[in-house]
Amino acid sequence: MRVQVLARVFGLAVVIAASFVVMARSARAGDAGALEQALRGLGSNDADTVEASMAKLAELSDPAAIPALEALADDRLRVGAGGAIYFEDRVKQKLVDAFTGVALAQEPPDLKPVEMNNALRRAVFPILAQLKLHSPDADVRLAAAEELSKRESTSAGPLLRAARDKEKNRKVKEALALALARVDLHSEDRSRRLEALVTLRTLGDSDAKSDLAKLTSNNDDGTYAEGDDEVRKAAVAALGAIESRERFIGFFGNVVHGISLASVLLFAALGLAITFGLMGVINMAHGEMLMLGAYATYTVQVFFEKHLPGHLSLYLIAAVPLAFAVTMSVGIVLERLVIRHLYGRQLETLLATWGISLALIQTVRFIYGAQNVAVANPSWLAGGAEVAHGWVLPYSRIAVVGFVIVVSLGVWALFWRTSLGVKVRAVTQNRNMAACLGIPTARVDMWIFGLGSGIAGLGGVALSQLGNVGPELGQAYIIDSFMVVVLGGVGRLAGTVSAALGLGIINKLIEPFAGAVLGKIAILLLIILFIQRRPEGLFAAKGRVEA
Amino acid sequence: MIPFKTIRERALQLQPARYWIATGIFATSILVIVPLLNAVPGPSSPFHFPDYLLPLLGKFLCYAILALALDLVWGFTGILSLGHGLFFALGGYAMGMYLMRSIKGEGVYRSELPDFMVFLDWKKLPWYWHGFGNFNFALAMAVLVPGLVAFAFGYFAFRSRVRGVYLSIVTQALTYAAMLLFFQNATGFGGNNGLTDFKRILGYSLHDPSTKLTLYVISGMALLFVYLLCRYVVASKLGRVLTAIRDAELKVRFCGYQAAHYKLFVWTLSAMLCGLAGALYVPQVGIINPSEMQPSNSIEMAIWVAVGGRGTLVGPVAGAWLINGTKSWLTTAFPSAWLYVLGTLFVVITLFIPDGLVGISTAIRNRLSARIRA
Repeated sequence: MRVQVLARVFGLAVVIAASFVVMARSARAGDAGALEQALRGLGSNDADTVEASMAKLAELSDPAAIPALEALADDRLRVGAGGAIYFEDRVKQKLVDAFTGVALAQEPPDLKPVEMNNALRRAVFPILAQLKLHSPDADVRLAAAEELSKRESTSAGPLLRAARDKEKNRKVKEALALALARVDLHSEDRSRRLEALVTLRTLGDSDAKSDLAKLTSNNDDGTYAEGDDEVRKAAVAALGAIESRERFIGFFGNVVHGISLASVLLFAALGLAITFGLMGVINMAHGEMLMLGAYATYTVQVFFEKHLPGHLSLYLIAAVPLAFAVTMSVGIVLERLVIRHLYGRQLETLLATWGISLALIQTVRFIYGAQNVAVANPSWLAGGAEVAHGWVLPYSRIAVVGFVIVVSLGVWALFWRTSLGVKVRAVTQNRNMAACLGIPTARVDMWIFGLGSGIAGLGGVALSQLGNVGPELGQAYIIDSFMVVVLGGVGRLAGTVSAALGLGIINKLIEPFAGAVLGKIAILLLIILFIQRRPEGLFAAKGRVEA
Repeated sequence: MIPFKTIRERALQLQPARYWIATGIFATSILVIVPLLNAVPGPSSPFHFPDYLLPLLGKFLCYAILALALDLVWGFTGILSLGHGLFFALGGYAMGMYLMRSIKGEGVYRSELPDFMVFLDWKKLPWYWHGFGNFNFALAMAVLVPGLVAFAFGYFAFRSRVRGVYLSIVTQALTYAAMLLFFQNATGFGGNNGLTDFKRILGYSLHDPSTKLTLYVISGMALLFVYLLCRYVVASKLGRVLTAIRDAELKVRFCGYQAAHYKLFVWTLSAMLCGLAGALYVPQVGIINPSEMQPSNSIEMAIWVAVGGRGTLVGPVAGAWLINGTKSWLTTAFPSAWLYVLGTLFVVITLFIPDGLVGISTAIRNRLSARIRA
């Protein structure tokens, strides 16, 4: 029973939908004739005909006319023998039929450029803007709104107002309102100007600031550029609001930047802190693990470009395990071949690992060249989320922060929830005792050293998403990550995390007003002073500490 | 009048007789033979020591002073500094500032100020440049400024018992931060380019072969002086305490010695010696720039000492020459191989030859003498 009803309803729906499609088709077919005629009119020698065709196109309001009008404005429109209209497509570098939108295999004979004069050119812009503002594609509307706001001609006012009132998309609506406000600032009508200032107060950007500054400034003869007191006061208030918003965004931008720097530092410092706590080994080649991880990412990207171009955006996912595996194996080999023999001789380990880092850098230079290589963000990490008006958070930075959180949780789980973790903690606390209890300390050392290197390799993957990749990549981070270890204390996850976070954020917060260099120096001095009070780091182990 | 016997005894306290003989031979060859070979035979003679090699050799002499300074803190006291390049560069900058001031009015811009300041559109000399027109003042600063920086840093570091790798890392960060600071134009030391285009020292042209020879001889004498000074320090009671600190700092402290004071003294002394080396280095090389403070430079110094043999004084000098000689040759002959060689050296020396060249020669001699006895 119920099934039958459902089937009937469904059948009805199908019929209605189908009839709508048919109606829409026929409506379009009717329009299409008019559209083609209007387009052909653009190719006419008679300026009046061209103008009439443009008006007709505006009336039809069909976005299909946009490319042809754009071509007309840029002198790219051509008219063929039978009056057919073509334009040169800039991207495809080919002639395209203006009506069908199909690229031609070869140029038709007797092609003539369409004559253009300044009056026509002036006329075509508002029509183009109007068509774009009615485009079904939100991005096109947004671009049109932004373009109009730059041109600030009063004639665009009514157009923008109508578009704004109709607009549903919040982002486009804001852009339209902003464009309208900038146009309205020059309006004769006082209430319009006030209304515009209210909009600018909440939405204004740095471009609007120069308009407002003009409004609040004095003329050459000392009178105010803006005669009306109320409007001027509102302009000053709007200017202040924009500036304070910019400061706010700048501050939070720095905090976010600092957090992502902290994430990279944390990637590097986690492994350093663990291995230093466990084996008393300072690994100067640790920064090179970052570098190797980044180059592994680059290699995977190149591989995907060559062999799996269809799945290019997935390369990053493949790069994560590969980078981990590569750096972990390098770390294990290092541990077995060199570091194992230097236990208890910390300073020597420092020198030996420095030597290894030199060799690694030179090897990478040899294979990939000394120049930086570019690792592109995959499509799903490109762009950013707009948190507030004018404040965009790049997805890549968010992803890096998320990634480091996941990795840190993983390390934490490994330390506190697995038997390897118990062993690591035991060896860290008392190596001899742990060995007496049957813990294979040498094997624990090997795996943990490999793990530390692997984490740094993951850091390299993250780093490759934030900037260029070069052979000296690791060197830039190693000193900072050592500072994190010094500050955070050894073998303490919480200490490492908070030290990395603190250093990263302080670094970026000091930078704007002291400069990057003085910031670094200030931090170094802070650390030296800090060590005075707490030589064992932020989260020192309670109880007896080995001397 | 001190009797000859006492002098002899005291000399033998410093180093054994065969060391004195070796020192004498080295001093003669560096201070007498090379200058004679340079000055007396004509340029076409096969015995002529070419002019262009003199600054290179002079450079190596300065490196040897650096190696001695580092051996004092690392080989004898157990403090591995990765920031000695900073003290070296500070000394170099002090001398460079004198050399810049001595040519005022002769720069490209014919200004009273050094060229780079004119370029930055500075109107007057920064306060810290005053006095550097005077050679004696500059020379004093070349030694005192590194000493002061080292003292301030060491005071805080040793007081809070920052030791071992922690100290190494912090010294590395120190020189790194200083490098960044000196890279900035606003710091007032010529930024990236540093100080260069020197013309003369105390009125003598730096391009004159006789000036080069004199600078070389002075560097040689400085090396000899520093070597004997280091010998004196390590042979003294203070030197014994330093070695004890290296081997068992806690025990030294428990015996009532203020280990931090001893460390601070030798640390500051070492930095001052570096400053001296820097001051001698700059007029011979003709340039000083912030890249001398690169952390990698300071670590390279450690490998000079390690290759030669830590805690031997002779070894580090030999190590500095050997490595820099190899570097000069390889970086021109096989540029890409140098980093591999250096990297391998770091690993091989620390793994297999912890006592360096001196250790090897001692081992060989011991074996030989054992065989002779048997």
